[in-house]
Amino acid sequence: MSTAVETRLNSRVPTGPLPDQWTKCKNELKLVAPNNKRKFHVIVVGSGLAGASAAASLGELGYNVTCVTIHDSPRRAHSIAAQGGINAAKNYQNDGDSTWRLFVDTIKGGDYRSRESNVYRLAEVSGNIIDQCVAQGVPFAREYGGTLANRTFGGALVSRTFYCRGQTGQQLLLGAYSALMRQVSAGKVKVLPRREMLDLVVVDGCARGVVCRNLVNGQMETYAGHAVLLCTGGYGNVFYLSTNAKGCNVTAAWRAHRRGAYFANPCYTQIHPTCIPVHGDYQSKLTLMSESLRNDGRVWVPKEKGDQRKPTDIPEEDRDYYLERRYPTYGNMVPRDVASRAAKERCDAGYGVGSTKMAVYLDFSRAIEEQGEDAIRRKYGNLFDMYEKITDDNGYKTPMMIYPAVHYTMGGLWVDYHLQSTIPGLFVLGEANFSDHGANRLGASALMQGLADGYFIIPYTVGHHLASQSLKPVTEAHPKFKETMIDARSRIESILAVSGTRTVTDLHRELGKIMWNRCGMSRNAEGLEAALTEIKELREEFWRTINVLGSGEAFNQNLEYAGRLADFLEFAELMARDALERKESAGGHFREEYQTEEGEAKRDDENFCHVAAWEYQGDDSPHTLHKEHLDFQNVELTTRSYK
Amino acid sequence: MPAHKQLNLTLRVWRQPDAGSRGEFRDYKLYSVSPEMSFLEMLDVLNEQLLEEGEEPVAFDHDCREGICGTCGVVINGQPHGPMQGTTTCQLHMRNFEDGDLIVIEPWRASAFPVVRDLVVNRSAFDRIIQAGGYVSVRTGQAPDGNAILVPSPDQAGAMDAAACIGCGACVAACKNASAMLFTAAKVSHLAQLPQGEPERKQRALQMIATHDEEGFGACTNTYECEAACPAEISVSHIARLNREYSKAMLTARQ
Repeated sequence: MSTAVETRLNSRVPTGPLPDQWTKCKNELKLVAPNNKRKFHVIVVGSGLAGASAAASLGELGYNVTCVTIHDSPRRAHSIAAQGGINAAKNYQNDGDSTWRLFVDTIKGGDYRSRESNVYRLAEVSGNIIDQCVAQGVPFAREYGGTLANRTFGGALVSRTFYCRGQTGQQLLLGAYSALMRQVSAGKVKVLPRREMLDLVVVDGCARGVVCRNLVNGQMETYAGHAVLLCTGGYGNVFYLSTNAKGCNVTAAWRAHRRGAYFANPCYTQIHPTCIPVHGDYQSKLTLMSESLRNDGRVWVPKEKGDQRKPTDIPEEDRDYYLERRYPTYGNMVPRDVASRAAKERCDAGYGVGSTKMAVYLDFSRAIEEQGEDAIRRKYGNLFDMYEKITDDNGYKTPMMIYPAVHYTMGGLWVDYHLQSTIPGLFVLGEANFSDHGANRLGASALMQGLADGYFIIPYTVGHHLASQSLKPVTEAHPKFKETMIDARSRIESILAVSGTRTVTDLHRELGKIMWNRCGMSRNAEGLEAALTEIKELREEFWRTINVLGSGEAFNQNLEYAGRLADFLEFAELMARDALERKESAGGHFREEYQTEEGEAKRDDENFCHVAAWEYQGDDSPHTLHKEHLDFQNVELTTRSYK
Repeated sequence: MPAHKQLNLTLRVWRQPDAGSRGEFRDYKLYSVSPEMSFLEMLDVLNEQLLEEGEEPVAFDHDCREGICGTCGVVINGQPHGPMQGTTTCQLHMRNFEDGDLIVIEPWRASAFPVVRDLVVNRSAFDRIIQAGGYVSVRTGQAPDGNAILVPSPDQAGAMDAAACIGCGACVAACKNASAMLFTAAKVSHLAQLPQGEPERKQRALQMIATHDEEGFGACTNTYECEAACPAEISVSHIARLNREYSKAMLTARQ
């Protein structure tokens, strides 16, 4: 199947005590002289939290930056949809928080499958992120005295989440976007909207540019630079139905992978427990309801199977608050993977509610009784409104119905401590890399990581790369650019040439079903083996039957979509293979063969305490597996318990 | 959930191959539409049907499909984002339509928003308005501790009300003058209510208005159509604040 190689991937983690590592690293990084910065050109792909913050910060430093985005404006990136909040170890609540505690919670939340040094650094810079965003004018919630307010999120016993009503991602992205727009106006950053990166240009082993398709006129464009930053988000749409925006895709990351960047832990996906349940075949996406709702909402199902009564008619003694029952310490605030699996367990056992029986209740009646409807409306009003728009039900009067859905992907391109991939000069930020969340991400940590990478890490480490490599001048006239562009164009032409009978949506939905059933919330060897065959067949089906109309040299959304699905069909196979190869359960990766008697995930630290980094070897050869051993010197590997 | 019948609809959709070509309305019949579908899911179904019939799908912008990214937006029977108050096109559901309805679907109409294709328009002018001053000039790393800047809770709430703008452009589409005053006001008002926005307050109002006018958006004549169409329910009181900011800046700004 695949060849495994025990490689010591050079993660460039600094030596010395954990709390001093980032300072030590920064002290040792080479600097680019102020006057020389303008001689360097950095290409940023993507304009979400990671991309916008990186592009703006590099522009401020004096580098020339080109930022390409598939959106019509950088402000549309999917970071905008994050609702609940952003974590930071400020300890403003005096409840005992510290950098150390945020670090430990994140490592434990990730089920001990992330790098200690990266996670510590994330916790260390978390406070700076809040400061930066406040200074930009992000309207975080405030106490009456004018100080910053906090709320609690899953997997933590302290209150460290900063928020802007239910629109925290929107406000943070608009903050980064405003900083980006300021640099555009200063002439340091050029934003190219409606461009899709279709390939990476590698010259003499270094990432030196990208090939993009101009989505308005279909023309191929090339951009050369001294470094390329991929900030292109996650691959949740491999499942077709997810909480990701429709445009989210794996193409940029996958194309870079095919050019030599290792893909790490693709099987780690996060299923979010509080989403609006699936209804009907025409459904195009799933909608998340912020985890913050679990602060005041209580999750339950009827104690009796098939109880037909309206939820409001079911008395207290006939309800099973299963999270509170199973996890008395954390109760409704257990981490996402635990809450999701518990919901699936109840539904699979026949206790589910609603027309499909694939839902559980999220009930606010006690919170409304204790705090009043107005208080709940102030905290979550927009979420209740959204719920009503979609379901036609009033969450204040009757419990909401929720079910887990694919939300975030912890896997991504492998990066070292500098956020550099296995291709020198190619850096990967935010959800697109694998680095900080291990096998499960805690709520309110994605925004933190995207901004940490873009504002506070990449400005230092990119400078070091530029200062320490003697990069030859390379322009778009270099033959590698033309060669790579021809590859990208011929792929588009082959899609158009099929002219078959099946639509992209139709095939994508089929891929989604395979992935959700075989490689979703719980997995087993038999199902994964079957998935490998089914994905391969579906990929062949795609290249035989895909039907895309119109021209490659025009605005053609169906063609864009087909190209993304073609990459998902390649990627999906690696994802299933990684899930098959990881013979343990960890965080969001739950293998049915490896569980405790109580049905909790059972890790195998002896054999799987590593990052699985996959190397592409060509279409006809299996990937090579490289393992980066995870060394825990500061926290003890224990079985996660939220009881 | 109450049971609904399926809908049979006639869709009259604006088709235009590109910015340089003439556009026209074309009628399509769509049968058995579930009332639980969102408006965009209904368009997805139309596009699947068109592909089967060998006609190119209708181009429309969309992304998050949860009402926050501001990418989607079409004029539905003359109303930007359709008939529901405070609702983006993606959050509008077919249960709000009747069996047998004729639904007319057009792009945003404004000279500052040229059509890209079918229902897709170019809204880059909004980015240029923000570039003119919709930011606080603070470099990464320069920020003091978050709690060093105290913001009274009501001011934060007021700023947040304005900052909730999703930048979709419905205000422009709704306005008979194609004015982007509500969009511009939302950003000016957001920053004018916070201490962080204070140092650049005057420049911001002057420059953003100047760019707004240069981009070809019309003047505001207080008809409040923008507020009625706004899916984020941004109030026209922010335009009043913008007017105050602009007047004060005109009288007192150093050139």
